Amino acid sequence: MSIIEAKQLTKIFGNHPEQAMQFLKQGWTKERILKETRMTVGVNQASFTIEAGQIFVIMGLSGSGKSTLIRLLNRLIEPSSGQLLFEGRDIVQMSSAELRQFRRKKMGMVFQKFALFPHRTVQQNVEYGLEIQGIEKQARRKMAEEALQLVGLGGWENSYPDQLSGGMQQRVGLARGLANDPDILLMDEAFSALDPLIRKDMQDELLQLQSSMKKTIIFITHDLDEALRIGDKIALMKDGVIVQIGTPDEILINPANPYVEKFIEDVDLSKVLTAAHVMRKPGTIMLERGPRVALQIMKEQGISSLYVTDKGKKLLGVITAELASAALKEGLPLEEILIKDLPVVSPSTPLNELFEPMAASKIPLAVTDDMNRLLGIVIRGAVFAALAGNAIPEAGGAG
Amino acid sequence: MNIPKLPIGNWIETLESWLENHLSPLFDFIRLIIGSIVDFLQNVLLFSPSIIMVVIITALAWLLGKWKVAAFAFIGLLLIDNLGYWEHAMETLSIVLTASLLSIIIGVPTGILCARSSLLQGIITPLLDFMQTMPAFVYLLPAVSFFSLGVVPGVIASIIFAVPPTIRLTNLGIRQVPAELVEAADAFGSTPNQKLFKLQLPMALPTMMAGINQTIMLSLSMVVISSMIGAQGLGADVYRAVTQTKTGTGFEAGISIVVLAILLDRMSNHIVKKNKR
Repeated sequence: MSIIEAKQLTKIFGNHPEQAMQFLKQGWTKERILKETRMTVGVNQASFTIEAGQIFVIMGLSGSGKSTLIRLLNRLIEPSSGQLLFEGRDIVQMSSAELRQFRRKKMGMVFQKFALFPHRTVQQNVEYGLEIQGIEKQARRKMAEEALQLVGLGGWENSYPDQLSGGMQQRVGLARGLANDPDILLMDEAFSALDPLIRKDMQDELLQLQSSMKKTIIFITHDLDEALRIGDKIALMKDGVIVQIGTPDEILINPANPYVEKFIEDVDLSKVLTAAHVMRKPGTIMLERGPRVALQIMKEQGISSLYVTDKGKKLLGVITAELASAALKEGLPLEEILIKDLPVVSPSTPLNELFEPMAASKIPLAVTDDMNRLLGIVIRGAVFAALAGNAIPEAGGAG
Repeated sequence: MNIPKLPIGNWIETLESWLENHLSPLFDFIRLIIGSIVDFLQNVLLFSPSIIMVVIITALAWLLGKWKVAAFAFIGLLLIDNLGYWEHAMETLSIVLTASLLSIIIGVPTGILCARSSLLQGIITPLLDFMQTMPAFVYLLPAVSFFSLGVVPGVIASIIFAVPPTIRLTNLGIRQVPAELVEAADAFGSTPNQKLFKLQLPMALPTMMAGINQTIMLSLSMVVISSMIGAQGLGADVYRAVTQTKTGTGFEAGISIVVLAILLDRMSNHIVKKNKR
């Protein structure tokens, strides 16, 4: 179910936005409007849909309009035109009292430089959103404590923000954003000011929080790795325009235009792509069959090994052509020649963690799910092709 | 070509007499209010024997901060008493406190309004420049014609001279609150008043207190000048000493003013520091 739907959302900074709107509709570029009217197009007719429970990442370089766009969503910046539907209601049309209620109950926000109130304790910071709603002291104290527990800052209630490290300060920011239990959490470059290790921890924690709390999170970043790591959907912005919206895979595999291509050029694919992206359909055989059948299948498919499964597709082991022909001569069943000790990886293993097991093994890596069912195999050629940026076959497609 | 002299002086005098004729009930009312505040403070300060008051002020200085200020208060106030200026010093103090109090009551809300509206700031700023740079003697004339001689026109002139720093620094303090914090307060759905009282004023407080401190010092400096129109206190002693060329008396009264000034400055400064957690 979609929770936010933006239609042609536009922000123009300047004296006559309605005039610039006309020019935009006629297809003028941002530069031309700036040159001829001295007005700046912040966000240009952005349309998108955000599903409930999604992490929606808005990504772009500085000046691309992403920070403006996120502020249009709670009207910290007033949109010049367009619609913004929240569960069917247009946020743009809300009166200031309605907007206040909406901000109090439905949306939390986390800021790049934390924006904690320096004259308030951690506890009082987290309570702020509740305090202004007039929630009584006991109740809001309890809610704030819960939010602090959630971000792992129990026990720091009475400290002041400047006594905490950057990472801890942003946890307070996160707790403050979550304290009023909003449906939507806006995060404006929330982790950009943190150093890389802490940043990664925070990303992991955010993903964990998200999986337990099912909030809709709208996350701004200029960092593609971050976007790919946490985003369910990514919207890529340039000059106020959303140039592509898609899942991380779609953006990596099918960049919509040269700009997106250039953006993803420097991505370390070995960290982003996983075994699931490069695995192929394995040759399989069930344990009950004999070595003769096995050899026949290998011959037909032109391969030298077969993966042995039971009826539930659970992986039992692997057999090679050599062993199968030996077994045929001596009349042994497959079970006797089964190699059970074979390299197994999960579908979410990134490519850079596949190199080591691949080097240690002569046979392709088996990819299994957590029930030990065989999903596919990874052969070296596919990994290299993927890293070279060549077309990646559909997961599980014919190999 | 001969451009005739602009009759600005005539205009001002016309305005003055118009105000005097039409608004005199208002001026009488203001006179009554300010007069009673000064009288009240004076009665409080002179209610008990000087030595008890010395102890009370010393204790207050000690509570506000350091023992050094307390020690200075004790010795300085005893000196004033010893020189025989206790009563006049308390008269001066009550005028200064009245002017400062009224300056704060006028200045803080004006500063808040200026911070909210850039238009208002644009109007008020040159007015404040005018108030601060126009020689203070010049206010005394209309003040006397509206409020007649005595303490009240002195207080009014002090307010005009002393209120600008409070307005300016309240405005500045609020405008200096980082935009991100204001944005955060908005994002959580604060009303303008919640934003003001929970974020802007607490954060602006140190700056505002610096302005109030200046206001207090400026109104003290006006006391000497307003003695020319009959305000009582240490200023009158200095003024008399000057007209009679009595250097010794002049210095005695002057030293008493210095003691008061240092006390007021240190004590109001310590209020600032106490407020910074």
